[in-house]
Amino acid sequence: MTRPGEEASVTSEFVRSYVITGGRSLPAADDLALHTLVTLAPERTPPLGAGPEVMAIWQLCAGGYLSVAEVAGHVGLPVGVARLLLTDLSEQGHLLRRAEPPRAQNVDRATLEKVLNGLQSLIG
Amino acid sequence: MDSNPSSAETAPGSIYVSSAVTNAAKILVVGHFAVGKTTFIGSLSEITPLRTEEKMTQASLHVDDLRGVTDKTTTTVALDFGRLTLSDDLVLYLFGTPGQQRFMQLWEDMARGALGALLLVDPARLEETFPVIDLVERYGLEYAIAVNGFDPGTVYEEAEVREALDLLPDTPVIYCDARDRQSSAHALIALVRHLLTRAA
Repeated sequence: MTRPGEEASVTSEFVRSYVITGGRSLPAADDLALHTLVTLAPERTPPLGAGPEVMAIWQLCAGGYLSVAEVAGHVGLPVGVARLLLTDLSEQGHLLRRAEPPRAQNVDRATLEKVLNGLQSLIG
Repeated sequence: MDSNPSSAETAPGSIYVSSAVTNAAKILVVGHFAVGKTTFIGSLSEITPLRTEEKMTQASLHVDDLRGVTDKTTTTVALDFGRLTLSDDLVLYLFGTPGQQRFMQLWEDMARGALGALLLVDPARLEETFPVIDLVERYGLEYAIAVNGFDPGTVYEEAEVREALDLLPDTPVIYCDARDRQSSAHALIALVRHLLTRAA
């Protein structure tokens, strides 16, 4: 692992990302947001030929809902790579998605009020 | 796959979001390098904060290009995040990353759908905050300033911070101790109150 701000060379990690994605471009953030919640749909079987990273995501997501960022963190992949694999699984009908943010950058009052109440209850 | 939920809202031993949760909100915790973002997120998160290392270029290179990779695709940056269950159906994610312009892709990703940003500031390094303010404003994010007090002996006047950072009069300036859960929660509360005054 490279520390923040450090320069990475052509490491096995870089090559690994390249192999996992099949050299494809990473999808834009407007498909799966970092805080979109995902879980495995019921009664699915893993795609044929799924690699170890896809299987790790599969097993993790079988347990319940997690955000896209959490999936990446738990399986130890960069978010962009994890999102690509999750997008594949989603397109194949394997994933349920929840709490997708609206595309427009408008913040709704009701959510802010719920967040405020929640934070206030934290500090008693 | 380690996880250490410290909060009563999460089932013991579970890393997962409660099945009743239907909404996820996001707030950014931003600031220059080593200002205390990770500490802040850690003091509030109910899960062990997670970190991913992001590559700041697309992985669309041809294999032939790998030789030249050190020049153009080598930057990695850490993205830290934590989670807080705020009610039966709502979780809040806190995302933190350094505010450097070269991490634009990551900023785009973080800003999408964010409620706003808490901008952590070290009073001894105010000038390092300018690029971060630029970025936050470029992405149209509302923000509040949280002065992270490392040294209780150093008291900076709010007016001084406001002037140095050229803040709008209604931009909140809060003092906080990122190591302290209550203090960090208060800073977020001040931000969200400000966001409410800006929301239609």
